[in-house]
Amino acid sequence: MTDIPLLSLTIFLPLLSAFVILLIKEDENSLNNIKNVAFWTSVGVFLISLLIWLQFDNTKPGYQFEEKFRWFSDFNFYYHIGIDGISLFMVILSTFLTPLCILASWESIKKRVKEYMLAFLFLETVMIGMFASIDILLFYIFFEAVLIPMYLIIGIWGGDRRIYASFKFFLYTLLGSVLMLIAIVVIYQLTNSMSIEELQGNYFTTNVQLYLWLAFFASFAVKIPMWPFHTWLPDAHVEAPTAGSVILAGVLLKMGGYGFIRFSLGMLPEASEYFAPMIMTLSIIAVIYTSLVALAQTDIKKLIAYSSVAHMGLVTIGIFAVNSQGLEGAMIQMISHGVVSGALFLCVGVIYDRMHTRDINFYGGLVNRMPIYATVFMIFMLGSVGLPGTSGFIGEFLVIVGAFKYSSIVVIGAASGIVLSAVYMLYLYKRIIFGVIENEKLKEISDLNLREKSILIPLAIAVIVIGIFPNIFLDPMRLPIELIISNYEIANGK
Amino acid sequence: MAHLIIFLPLIGFLFSFFLGKKYNFKISQIITTSFLFISAFLSWILFFSYLGERDTEVIHIFNWFTSGNFIVDWSIRLDALTTTMFIVVCSVSACVHLYSVGYMNEDPSKIRFMGYLSLFTFFMLMLVSSNNLLQMFFGWEGVGLASYLLIGFWYHKPSANNAAIKAFLVNRVGDFGYALGIAGVFFIFGSIEFDVIFNNAENFKDHTIPFLGLSFSTIDLLCFLLFIGAMGKSAQLGLHTWLPDAMEGPTPVSALIHAATMVTAGVFLVARMSPLFEYAIITNLFITFIGAATAIFAATIALTQNDIKRVIAYSTCSQLGYMFFAAGLGAYNASIFHLMTHGFFKALLFLSAGSVIYAMHHEQDMRKMGGLFKKIPFTGTMMWIGSLAIIGFPYFSGYYSKESILENAYYSDSSMATFAYTIGILTALLTAFYSWRLLFMTFHGETRSDKKNFDHAHESPFVMTLPLALLAFGSIFMGMFFSDYYIGKMQYVFWGDSLVLHEGKHYYLPFIQTLIVKSSVAIGVMLAALIYFYKNNLPKNLAYNLDPLYSISLNKWYVDELYNSIFIKPYFLLANLFWKRGDEKIIDKYGPNGISKIVGLTSGYLSRFQSGYLYHYAFAMLGGLVIILTWFIYY
Repeated sequence: MTDIPLLSLTIFLPLLSAFVILLIKEDENSLNNIKNVAFWTSVGVFLISLLIWLQFDNTKPGYQFEEKFRWFSDFNFYYHIGIDGISLFMVILSTFLTPLCILASWESIKKRVKEYMLAFLFLETVMIGMFASIDILLFYIFFEAVLIPMYLIIGIWGGDRRIYASFKFFLYTLLGSVLMLIAIVVIYQLTNSMSIEELQGNYFTTNVQLYLWLAFFASFAVKIPMWPFHTWLPDAHVEAPTAGSVILAGVLLKMGGYGFIRFSLGMLPEASEYFAPMIMTLSIIAVIYTSLVALAQTDIKKLIAYSSVAHMGLVTIGIFAVNSQGLEGAMIQMISHGVVSGALFLCVGVIYDRMHTRDINFYGGLVNRMPIYATVFMIFMLGSVGLPGTSGFIGEFLVIVGAFKYSSIVVIGAASGIVLSAVYMLYLYKRIIFGVIENEKLKEISDLNLREKSILIPLAIAVIVIGIFPNIFLDPMRLPIELIISNYEIANGK
Repeated sequence: MAHLIIFLPLIGFLFSFFLGKKYNFKISQIITTSFLFISAFLSWILFFSYLGERDTEVIHIFNWFTSGNFIVDWSIRLDALTTTMFIVVCSVSACVHLYSVGYMNEDPSKIRFMGYLSLFTFFMLMLVSSNNLLQMFFGWEGVGLASYLLIGFWYHKPSANNAAIKAFLVNRVGDFGYALGIAGVFFIFGSIEFDVIFNNAENFKDHTIPFLGLSFSTIDLLCFLLFIGAMGKSAQLGLHTWLPDAMEGPTPVSALIHAATMVTAGVFLVARMSPLFEYAIITNLFITFIGAATAIFAATIALTQNDIKRVIAYSTCSQLGYMFFAAGLGAYNASIFHLMTHGFFKALLFLSAGSVIYAMHHEQDMRKMGGLFKKIPFTGTMMWIGSLAIIGFPYFSGYYSKESILENAYYSDSSMATFAYTIGILTALLTAFYSWRLLFMTFHGETRSDKKNFDHAHESPFVMTLPLALLAFGSIFMGMFFSDYYIGKMQYVFWGDSLVLHEGKHYYLPFIQTLIVKSSVAIGVMLAALIYFYKNNLPKNLAYNLDPLYSISLNKWYVDELYNSIFIKPYFLLANLFWKRGDEKIIDKYGPNGISKIVGLTSGYLSRFQSGYLYHYAFAMLGGLVIILTWFIYY
């Protein structure tokens, strides 16, 4: 068993399948073959990643499933991959959401199906690769490569203003990427090493750390996104096709949080301590400001996009509180948000496919025609609101506990999300689901079909499982997080 | 056994939720209701076992989550306090389940309704049996969810939807405090297990903590934060606005959730945490003040409401105030005792009101009732029993608990005690008044309803009258049977260490004070009789002559209007402002759009250099040559 390079398999199986699809000639008859190949590959990848989780050893703080090959003979660049308790769930999140996304695009994508599936499989490869990279250069390559399929998905299969959205998306992320590349070059110059594993700790002088930190910050703050670098997100979400939004919210935003934990906390602890107050301030603004903005939206997708920014604000608060509750809370919050907001976008997709509008005022009274839809939507809404027993609560509450240790002002900012998130979500739910159907066009709307049920019900189960049994997620990440915290505290002389 | 009590309702919910539609609706009704009766029966057995000397028992279920030293378990804590709540919750819930079978008979979604009721009961039992603050929060928010679902049960009514959202959001404001409180308790005590907190509470008596740049007494601050949560859930002054609106839900819901059980969760929280609240001197004054203020505030509103359910809703609010000021004065046992008796008689009042509404074909306006006693004598009798219990008529259950609260207020040496005692007596008068006003307007005098409605008024079916009878039994005898255990000579044996008890003696009020209490109640009743029974046009004249006062009461002190203009409207304004100005006009304008504009402009300028004219390039080359030469010559 152990001889099979499981991790490389999860990374490259989608790519392999993409090549297979490339060889299929696209016509009426083969469309289903293309979809089937893509779907079953991604299911297979998900199963392999579950196998990894099963074999994962919770008692080791470091990387597992490591694979290492020299890449250049003259430089210390390696194909070095492996996962620890932090990246494990990011990988599983990616592999879990991808098949659901492909299933969600089954009928809604009508043009260039082949290219669409290629883009998605390629996207899966680079997402997993990024989370599994231990080599910084490899990480950077995957990190940037994620943009390519995403840019295409928005730009080709997006809505009417897709060009503006993808341009904005690109502009923001490009700014961050350039600075990050410079930082990586500097790191290599200073240490002659590209290994994330080796560089964990406090290797740089304080001054260097500050510059490096800012460079990484530029990239991750845009990705996650933090206020005020968030305005690309609503536009990108609105214009992206449903599945694109799901991946964008479910996985791409997590790249920022993951980067903060790995690079900012892990490699640059002194600078993290120095900049933590700024992060806290921006995060609190994000929680309050974007929750308010979300309320004012008339486009369902935009509303959920803004809610993502607020939820990610909690993540950054948790990360930079740097204690076990805060960090573990941030991780759970990221996992939970990946599931919940992904599911919410899928829910929007369901009614968008039927009615081709996302205007909140268009809807109302859906519960009369779509009771199952109303129920699953309710579960995701509660997850987003952070009701105890759902995934959202564990993350949110742990972050609050962690923030209390950091500062009383921050904790009030973080806890205000309890009220504010409920305001816009409940208001949204009321306007879409409850009431009587007044719009003539909605009178014949149909409830979830089998395909949609098989997308949404696993997600609903995931929301509850994370909420009731969070330990299965917390156990693997405990030791790696302890390691980061102890490094951090040593570096800052605590 | 405790497992069965708690999880039977959950099973009932899961059954009706997932399988209910596959079978006849009767299957769901039978399963949920019978499960609740089993739960109720078992909880009484458990309760009786705690009447004697029995130690607190903690049953560990499994670890919920562990993060660093933040350890939360699913567990069941059994002691006198928990079992008291068990019998209140399960008994009332069982009665309400049975009653709903009749009341919701014509509703197409009755399966869903029964499921939600069971779900609520499960969450409530989780709340009261918790052994730590976070499991309690689970139940706490869970009952909030169930309440939200049930208030908005008739989702086709916009008013019901709005009331549901309002209830959830106002509760969330409270939960904001509660969550902070839990985080704070963990920060101070390093654990959220009750035993750890209670054992260490005394060590933090004089401890202070910096919060928002100021220094606070630690325990005062923690208790204050927790009490914010209690205020939200128990609809205390300031966070009370959701409770009257919650009457949009079906009447059985009002009886179960918004009278007998969920709204008392705040009182339960304070009693459960009494070893901690014990040391919160300033917060206790605050609790007493809020409790007393709520008691009288809500009672003044109840005087003039015309919707039969709203009168009872405000009465609930007011009675909760009693419980809180008792708790604030340290009389936790009296407070819980009143919680228990109130649970029974208030559920009785609400279900009787439901029976009236049922008889009158969903008419809730008392101005269109009157003279109904002849038509529905059984319901009328039940309402009389409930009203006698609420005003504290001797030997009814409310008598024991309310007297006990007033006694404690009279003898307490807290600086708020006199205030609370005075308010308590005044409120008793008002309570008597509005209770009898309700009776008179509904059941006696000439009828004011249209003839058809009146003639069709009929007594409710047996499934609805049986629960009424059960609750009436409780309303009459609960005080008589158990006062010794709760507030009398057996109290130390009974309570054990489940809450903090003060002073060994059981006082009786001096004769004069007793007289004052009794006569104020009597005055209230007589006033009601005078105004509403004796002469029919008197109320109108009074309302006219006392106009500003009457309008204030009728319009609930304009609190909703006030909140609307200071919170809700600015909130929406700010939301739009941030979006339109903040995001679009500032961040986007100077951010990405600004940058792209600058790039566009600069490239526009730069492109002029590439004009294509040879002499332009020649000139540029010449200029470059000059600069390079200058450089070499000087350096």
